[in-house]
Amino acid sequence: MNLLVRGSAIVPDGRALSPPLIAVREVDKIYGSGEEAVRALDRVSFDIYEGELVAIMGPSGSGKSTMMNLLGALDVPTTGSILINGNDIGKLSRDALADLRNRSIGFVFQQFNLLPRTTALRQVMLPLAYARPRPADPELQARTRLEQVGLGHRLCHHPQQLSGGQQQRVAIARALVNNPKLLLADEPTGALDSKTSADIMGLLRELNGQGITIVVVTHDADVARYARRRILFGDGAIVEDARLEG
Amino acid sequence: MTAPDCLRAAVVAIATNFLRTVLTTLGIIIGVGSVIVMMAVGAGARSEVERQITNLGSNLLVVNPSARLFGGRSSGAGSNLPLSEDDVKAIETKVPGVQAISGQLWASATVVFGNANFWTRIWGVHAAYLYARSWSIESGRDLSEQDVAGARRVALVGLTVAKKLFGDNDPVGEVFRIRNVPFTVIGTLTPKGQTSFGHDHDDAIFVPMTTARTQLIGKHPLVPDQVGSISVKFQEGADLLDAQEEIEQVLRQSRRVPPGDDDTFVVGNPIESMKARTAAQTTLGWLLAATAAISLIVGGIGIMNIMLVSVTERTREIGLRMAVGARRFDIMLQFLIEATTLCVLGGLIGVVLGVGAAFVTAGIAEWPILIPPQTILLALAAAAGVGILFGFLPARRAALLSPIDALRSE
Repeated sequence: MNLLVRGSAIVPDGRALSPPLIAVREVDKIYGSGEEAVRALDRVSFDIYEGELVAIMGPSGSGKSTMMNLLGALDVPTTGSILINGNDIGKLSRDALADLRNRSIGFVFQQFNLLPRTTALRQVMLPLAYARPRPADPELQARTRLEQVGLGHRLCHHPQQLSGGQQQRVAIARALVNNPKLLLADEPTGALDSKTSADIMGLLRELNGQGITIVVVTHDADVARYARRRILFGDGAIVEDARLEG
Repeated sequence: MTAPDCLRAAVVAIATNFLRTVLTTLGIIIGVGSVIVMMAVGAGARSEVERQITNLGSNLLVVNPSARLFGGRSSGAGSNLPLSEDDVKAIETKVPGVQAISGQLWASATVVFGNANFWTRIWGVHAAYLYARSWSIESGRDLSEQDVAGARRVALVGLTVAKKLFGDNDPVGEVFRIRNVPFTVIGTLTPKGQTSFGHDHDDAIFVPMTTARTQLIGKHPLVPDQVGSISVKFQEGADLLDAQEEIEQVLRQSRRVPPGDDDTFVVGNPIESMKARTAAQTTLGWLLAATAAISLIVGGIGIMNIMLVSVTERTREIGLRMAVGARRFDIMLQFLIEATTLCVLGGLIGVVLGVGAAFVTAGIAEWPILIPPQTILLALAAAAGVGILFGFLPARRAALLSPIDALRSE
């Protein structure tokens, strides 16, 4: 931890010259209304640039999951703005948000969220089924991604025939298949043993090395160690935003 | 998401809970089955009436002597005095709109040609008979007024008789024997086929009325010029109810029925009696239509129920699909196609059972049935319609889920 940046756009390597991939500005997120209103996020601002590997950390109730939903364009802020790849998600319709997720964001979940009774190849092809325009050869794209995560020999296996680590690799291949700018991983190792966790984090780091921006939400300090930047949430606000020696 | 993608997802979803799913479609199965039986029975009844009309013509009335009552007990059809040539003349001259009229007297007899012999029905008729019954000559010529006036020994043979006696040769001009009386074949008749009771129209020979009376049947002790029954053909568009009354009045006069006494004859309308006979079928058709409608509604509610369960069970899947970019319409379409696939699947089972049931009904009730292919398409379309209608609510519920809540659900 040698450089502390707070709510600013100053980063090393002159990346400040290009616009951030994600720009979070003065974001409030309030659930409910009136007396029972809960303020999950309180005036949060930060930027994420292309090529970063960021860990979002914090205890439960800190607002990190809410932040994750907003970064994934699954939800919109109550006030403030979030620009993802230049799109202000607060101003997009539900269907436009779906298209944005499809084009620009890949999701990896703690519970993998694979479809039952569906082969690895079909799992990975799923986002392509919703792509507009339809890709020319979705099967080839899916196979390439599965080979990239080391599952080229498991194309026709169903989830119940795969180990947890393999299932998460399928999920990662699925997240990558649309060539998104951003990969969002929500506790990606939460359901895995420590050895497999290390493999998965190694894979994510490798993908980051190939240029894809990755945001990992975790409460596990071991997992966060793989990140190059750590944003710590507490009580709906950023407590710490630190760049780490990679 | 394209339709094949949706279909694949639907098949996976259905296969996952196969037994539960098939049981759910029971209402659709019964509904579609009923539609098939209903249409088969209805179409069968209609085609029977239509065939009867083409066979007999639609403007035909048939007069028969009626049963005489002794102390309220019937002594059998035709036990009143036979109809006579006078009755034929009276109808022909006094009833308006008559186009053709012929008596028909019959007897069964063995006919012989060379080594072949055959038991068949011989009809004595007037020259206008074929025209009156909308029948025609296949080869040779029709009976003429001269044949009847001269009581000539000439005969028209039906196709079945022609085949039995003469094989594949043209019988016109051949001489054969009816009860040892030689007759010359002057013509053959076009085939008419079976009646719905299995009687073969073509198993018949027609000879002049006069010849039949003198040579084959013998004179009636009281009515030497008996004619059996009388077929009366009316002009196209004639009011047969009026015609029926006219005939009744004319015949009461010519047969001298005292005022107040019952008619000694009956005027029948073969098409109407056929319609009456098939009315039971039509009634059953309506009952089945009601069954089909109720079953399809109940089946649709079953589909809606199972789809709501499915949406609840697969909320996470829906959330995932939304996360990776499914629009609301994509989700909606997926569940609509799933509901429709389910219904069409039930519909296909229903078609198989319905066709089977229709044939069983036909066998037991001896009803003619007819299953046109469009019936099956219509039944499947009805099933698909039910799927779309009752799948709408669950599909909408799925499409309107919030992606976050859907992803979080357990």
